[in-house]
Amino acid sequence: MCDQGVGGLVPPPAPVSRRSVLFKLGLGLNALAAILLGVPLVGYVASAIRRRGQQAWVSLGLVSSFPERQTRLASYTNPFTVPWDAKVADIPCWVRRLQGERFQVFAINCTHLGCPIRWFQESGLFMCPCHGGVFYEDGRHASGPPPRPLYQYEHRIRDGRLEVRGGQIPTLSEPV
Amino acid sequence: MRVADWFEERLQLKKLLGPSMTHPVPRSSASWWYVFGSATLIIFMLQIVTGICLALVYVPSTADVYASLEYLNYQQPLGWFLRAVHFWGSNFMVAMMSLHMIQVFLFGAYKYPRELTWVVGIFLLLCTLGMAFTGQVLRWDQDAYWGLGIGVAMIGRMPVIGAQLVHLVIGGPIIGAETLSRFFALHVFVVPGLLFGLLGLHLLMVLKLGINEWPMPGRLVARDTYRERYEEEVKRDGVPFFPVAAQKDIVFGGLVILAILLCAAIFGPYGPNGPADPTLIRTVPRPDFYFLSLFALFALLPPYTETFLILVGPVVAIAFLIALPFLAGTGEKSFTRRPVAAVSVVVIVLILGVLSYLGAKSPWSPVMDAWSGAPIPVEYVKGRAPLQLQGATVFQNKQCRNCHSLGGQGGQRGPALDGIASRMTHDLLIRQVLQGGGNMPAYGKNLSPFEVTALVAFLDTLRSPHDAAARSPIPPPRAAR
Repeated sequence: MCDQGVGGLVPPPAPVSRRSVLFKLGLGLNALAAILLGVPLVGYVASAIRRRGQQAWVSLGLVSSFPERQTRLASYTNPFTVPWDAKVADIPCWVRRLQGERFQVFAINCTHLGCPIRWFQESGLFMCPCHGGVFYEDGRHASGPPPRPLYQYEHRIRDGRLEVRGGQIPTLSEPV
Repeated sequence: MRVADWFEERLQLKKLLGPSMTHPVPRSSASWWYVFGSATLIIFMLQIVTGICLALVYVPSTADVYASLEYLNYQQPLGWFLRAVHFWGSNFMVAMMSLHMIQVFLFGAYKYPRELTWVVGIFLLLCTLGMAFTGQVLRWDQDAYWGLGIGVAMIGRMPVIGAQLVHLVIGGPIIGAETLSRFFALHVFVVPGLLFGLLGLHLLMVLKLGINEWPMPGRLVARDTYRERYEEEVKRDGVPFFPVAAQKDIVFGGLVILAILLCAAIFGPYGPNGPADPTLIRTVPRPDFYFLSLFALFALLPPYTETFLILVGPVVAIAFLIALPFLAGTGEKSFTRRPVAAVSVVVIVLILGVLSYLGAKSPWSPVMDAWSGAPIPVEYVKGRAPLQLQGATVFQNKQCRNCHSLGGQGGQRGPALDGIASRMTHDLLIRQVLQGGGNMPAYGKNLSPFEVTALVAFLDTLRSPHDAAARSPIPPPRAAR
């Protein structure tokens, strides 16, 4: 509609060669700028992916604080915390001490959809409050929708302390 | 008036917007059925205004977020009201958008030439649901934390790239401070930006292609004649969009905003429900209502189909919605002549409604405190022998009540046991307790022989006096002789 008015302002065509050179130069410069900006941008956002497999040994407490033949809630501090993490850096897990130095350390997350499982001493079962997954005391699947047994942390004993390799939320594609 | 002219001379807004505002639309479209889209838009504006206000106080840092929400609720003047308006606005926005979508579908408005308007609408739907989920995360309470956990577990089921995707979404290997910042950026910058862009396209096409006329049964859409007939109808019997058609939008939009304000004033803000401290595991995570149906689905699907359906289901559903105007882009518009379309709307709404109801009830979840909180009703222990009473104690102590109800109290994961002795014989009960099966754990290792004897003796008494005790279909050996 307004084209006619603007039409008069369009400058007469400049010599073709100079205009096309400038235009190509502009394109090239901007493509370079896009790459120089885009690579750091993507690298910045995707750096979360590369932090994969970062796990460290963290202490759950003295071995003596876990009575034999019992399952207790313990928690460790996420080894890759930031200063403003606060409470979310404390990751809970269930520690089952069988006998002596034999332990099982289960992740808190149900293997179905990650909700926090709860231990019931009397019936010897872990129950999940979300979709009703149930596990036996050794982590085997007992009933409900979970597709696999409970996730278990790697663990070791150092200087009388129970340690686990923690720092990652367990999922079906990356069990701890 | 002179002031208005002064501004008009410089801004020329009338020249710019006038034709769009007063462009003729079919008289039939100036209907109360056509108000849901504009209502969704008005709520979106409300969400932006209240969202900006909340961002003045809200702190997206895991250390301070909970305190800032509590501050909003209890100390910031009218902070509670703005939080409530934003929360109720989100509920109403999802509801209005759904009504708009149903109306557009039933009235065949997605057909030629408005296919792209529908496709953009699908992405608006996804963005709005994205806003709902990310907003729920920003509440950073226990539901938010474990809701994220559910999302992570779903993404983690993806083969090959599952782990990397999880890390990308939560900003690292575990839910933490960066997760909250990420979702804040999504909720406040990324998704609203997308919404603005898509909304612009959506509205532009409404202007360029005209508002869908009221569908008349038998008036078929054909690619070569439709636009001509539409122009002709608008010319013959059109009304200016503003004010004739728009007045119903304005009235309805006003009512909707008032309803949101009323809900906010009466019910107040939602949450935050307990700080997001993962070590506080005595929690029962539930999503906000828009995702309850999905939550229910995960409990009810056969487990072996889950990974497939979680990963493929949404893709297929969205692809189908996008493909719809290309599969059925012409022909009949009126739902009275499109029985499959009309019935599918009813079926889908019913399914989502029932699933949401079930999600709110969650009968599949064990009631975690039933064993300690719901005593066995007196009539089930009255006049019982000592062994049977011992059994009742075992029944209670071994947390059977978490999944089995008596007298309507307790979990509903397993069957109610009020009349179990009329359905299962003594031997069957022993077998079931020891070996489990049918979605029940085996208790053989956790019960002593005495406890089993006592428990089954108690279960044997659980039947109405009017029902006979269950009998085995196989006669005992002595009778056979």
